[in-house]
Amino acid sequence: MNIELNINGSTHSIECEDRTLLVEAIRDQLGLTGTHVGCDTSQCGCCTVHLDGQAVKSCSMLAVQAQGASITTIEGMASGDTLHPVQMAFSACHGLQCGFCTPGMIMASADLLRRHPDPTDDQIREGLAGNICRCTGYVNIVAAVKTAAKMIQQAPANRA
Amino acid sequence: MYPFTYVRATALADVAQRLKADPDAKLLAGGMTLLPTMKMRLAAPSALIDIGRLTELSGVSAEGDGLTIGAATRHAEVAADATVRSAIPALAELAQGIGDPQVRARGTLGGSVANSDPAADYPAAVLGLDATIITDRRSIPAGEFFKGLFTTALASDEIIRSIRFTRPVRAAYAKFAQPASGYAMAGVMVAQFPSGIRVAVTGAGPCVFRWTDAEAALNRQFSVESIQALSLDASGLNADLHADAAYRAQLVKVMAAQAVARLTGTAR
Repeated sequence: MNIELNINGSTHSIECEDRTLLVEAIRDQLGLTGTHVGCDTSQCGCCTVHLDGQAVKSCSMLAVQAQGASITTIEGMASGDTLHPVQMAFSACHGLQCGFCTPGMIMASADLLRRHPDPTDDQIREGLAGNICRCTGYVNIVAAVKTAAKMIQQAPANRA
Repeated sequence: MYPFTYVRATALADVAQRLKADPDAKLLAGGMTLLPTMKMRLAAPSALIDIGRLTELSGVSAEGDGLTIGAATRHAEVAADATVRSAIPALAELAQGIGDPQVRARGTLGGSVANSDPAADYPAAVLGLDATIITDRRSIPAGEFFKGLFTTALASDEIIRSIRFTRPVRAAYAKFAQPASGYAMAGVMVAQFPSGIRVAVTGAGPCVFRWTDAEAALNRQFSVESIQALSLDASGLNADLHADAAYRAQLVKVMAAQAVARLTGTAR
């Protein structure tokens, strides 16, 4: 079937099957490989993207379900050369090692901060319960989210 | 997944017709159970009818001591809804604990219940709160709805429209979640009604069940000690890589005690 997907602000017409997963369409048809397939069983969160601003697991959605919605992937978080505050914070706080979980962590963190602009550590950990990291032990990830929260609060124009 | 045909429904009447015409078609709401199941090739419907955007199937309304929630209402909405939080806080808390934020953004009440997944949370609320499942053709009391592993009283073309909960005097839900998936290894809803206590257990058996011994004990004395004096027969409980049956029996006791402790104010 032919479907239209609105991704990172532009509309793309793609050819796919009814059973094509959203993550497959994003990676294979659109070449946006920042979104990863980690577990493929809806647990690890490496596939997290935004659907109408909400973090969802793109390995657990059909591409065709996303028709008519606005999707943001990790590639859509920066504004030109300016990283999103969450991206800047993850870099500054060493919130990643191998980087495989990182796009998903950033997408989930951005949605978390939209809902809880000044989160406690517990709220951060609960908000990232759908994202698993094998490298960091999460300490610097939590620090990165707290830092991003401050950055966003101090300069609202940064909220991309 | 095996191939299938996707159809996005625009009206409920349309949906019933399509289900009747194709007995191998299934409804798709959030897809948080169905799509992973299909990815593992444990289900292979001929068609998926997407009802996730039908507004007549979503929303919360309260009338008297009843709270009605549309079948396609997302877990995140139930968790955040002011009416749910004030009428039945335990239900909002249960919804808030389902899976993880991404799953809660998509998963729905109706989908969770229609599947009678042994590890889903909502069946404990539906049975524990003595809810009524309202379909496109009848109303089914919770006690008659859950039949067994992945089996409910629904006809193959029947559609859940909403679920009506009755406000308890008070209720609490405690679950021991599998750390990666968030599924209940044991989830216990303890609810107090004027007619008595109800204790519904999910995650531990093939299907949600009422722990009648616990109900009798709590009716005599509503305390953590009443639970601690009991033992739950492990035969018939689930055994898998996460926990054997004996451990699940123990988890049920511990979660029941935690729920009671929250209600008696003795929770640590």
